Amino acid sequence: MMLIPCPWCGPRDESEFHYGGQAGVAYPAEPDALSDSEWAKYLFFRENPKGPFRERWSHSAGCRRWFSLVRDTVTNEVLR
Amino acid sequence: MAERNSPLGGATDRLAAVAAATGGAVTVAEVPFLTQIGVRALPSTSTAVDVNVLQLGPDEWLIVGPPGLSAASADSSAVDVSAQRTTVAMGGSRVLDLLAMGCAIDLHPRVFRVGDCAQTTMAHAPVIIWRRETGFWILVRASFAAHLADWIVDAAQEFTAGD
Repeated sequence: MMLIPCPWCGPRDESEFHYGGQAGVAYPAEPDALSDSEWAKYLFFRENPKGPFRERWSHSAGCRRWFSLVRDTVTNEVLR
Repeated sequence: MAERNSPLGGATDRLAAVAAATGGAVTVAEVPFLTQIGVRALPSTSTAVDVNVLQLGPDEWLIVGPPGLSAASADSSAVDVSAQRTTVAMGGSRVLDLLAMGCAIDLHPRVFRVGDCAQTTMAHAPVIIWRRETGFWILVRASFAAHLADWIVDAAQEFTAGD
């Protein structure tokens, strides 16, 4: 069980959270100009690093707020 | 006015029996029909209502007061959510031990003081735990109330009158 630091509620059990995938995936500035492959890349392609990974979490059983954190995908250590 | 049924109205006797079985080490009772008003407002917004206000998130609040209040509001979003949850009042010398069986957060008075509240899960049910002078109030959704009551009655079995 990971202990995830919610910025509003403090450290809570992982089971109170929902995972939101990679953080910082910006919506395309000109979506009309994208080719199908570029659009597919925006929709479906995500980083899968071994090490620090910036990701979204939702404290769904608590304050219900979304926030980002950096987690080491090898050790599950929350870095910031 | 139609008769109101509280979510734990049928469990009154079973909850009262916990105090007898544990010799008062754990006491449980429903506090039905409290007025609850969900408020979305920035923290700087002032309120003139003289009731308890629980902070659920950075801009989300729950006003809890006696039955029969109204959710009138001037400059923020206020919605009467009284029917969403019922309240279970818990007390007794072993109540912390019992709550620790179903809840992962530290409720010791050194950390979780009178007036503090937290949204978390209790026996897998989403709840708001609120520490008051007289013990704990557990605000639980109506559809989870029977499950929580069953769990409390079961968990309290190990605290016998001799403890």
